[in-house]
Amino acid sequence: MRRMTNELTEFVLVSVALLGIGIYGLAVKRNFIRMLFAIEIIINAANLNMVAFGRFLPHSGGQTLALFSIAIAAAEVAVGLSLIIVAYRMYHNIDIADFRSLKG
Amino acid sequence: MADAAFLALSVITIGSAIAALELRSLIYGSIALMGTLGGIAGFFLLLDSPFVAMFQLAVYVGSIAVLILFTVMLVKRELIFKKVEDKRRKFVGIALMLVMMVSLGAVILDSGIKQITTDEPPVDFREIGKDFVTYYWPALILMGLILSGAVTAALVLARRVDEENDQRVN
Repeated sequence: MRRMTNELTEFVLVSVALLGIGIYGLAVKRNFIRMLFAIEIIINAANLNMVAFGRFLPHSGGQTLALFSIAIAAAEVAVGLSLIIVAYRMYHNIDIADFRSLKG
Repeated sequence: MADAAFLALSVITIGSAIAALELRSLIYGSIALMGTLGGIAGFFLLLDSPFVAMFQLAVYVGSIAVLILFTVMLVKRELIFKKVEDKRRKFVGIALMLVMMVSLGAVILDSGIKQITTDEPPVDFREIGKDFVTYYWPALILMGLILSGAVTAALVLARRVDEENDQRVN
């Protein structure tokens, strides 16, 4: 089996970059679908971290948790997209600033 | 040091993540998101986790990205290209992103993560399967229930209540 040529730090730094981009998207964008993109990017950054630490420790828990996380993210996207469709049907828009009646 | 494959994957993943958020058209944005998800699958391959990489490709690139693409196509054409952004909010967002990246990066570079290296063989995927059915079996059942509940909830939410038809029947 080949030796790991890349260091753990490099993977974690890529994950930090993805997390930063995701948080930028959540803070700036007002489009519902773009915010869902940003959430997906953040979840993927977390998965990358888990698998990287699981490889370097080495422990099977990292990959197992990543698999759980991917499956739960799929459910989250299904519910998020159906919420988008319902909100679009009600307001004919996907701008979250227009969803005023959802406010408490 | 990072090898060429790692650098290429980083450029693809981070570049397409930015493109997914910044491209004018939502359709091109969702295709760029596919690039990010595929890039992450490439990272999993580099980390000797082919099983998770294939799972990522099947679930994310294969189904979630296509689902997003179809939802985007259901939305009105003008809304796909409309980009409402506050200039000041954008600058604050970029500043927040930079502060976060620099501070987290500094913490990581300063921590003891650098010393973690391994020469051991990667975890066998058979071991993951064994873990799933022995140690994690309650979580696996719970995950199945959550998935079926979420899919049912999504169907109930997106169901169209056709009032005219109801009145006609009544």
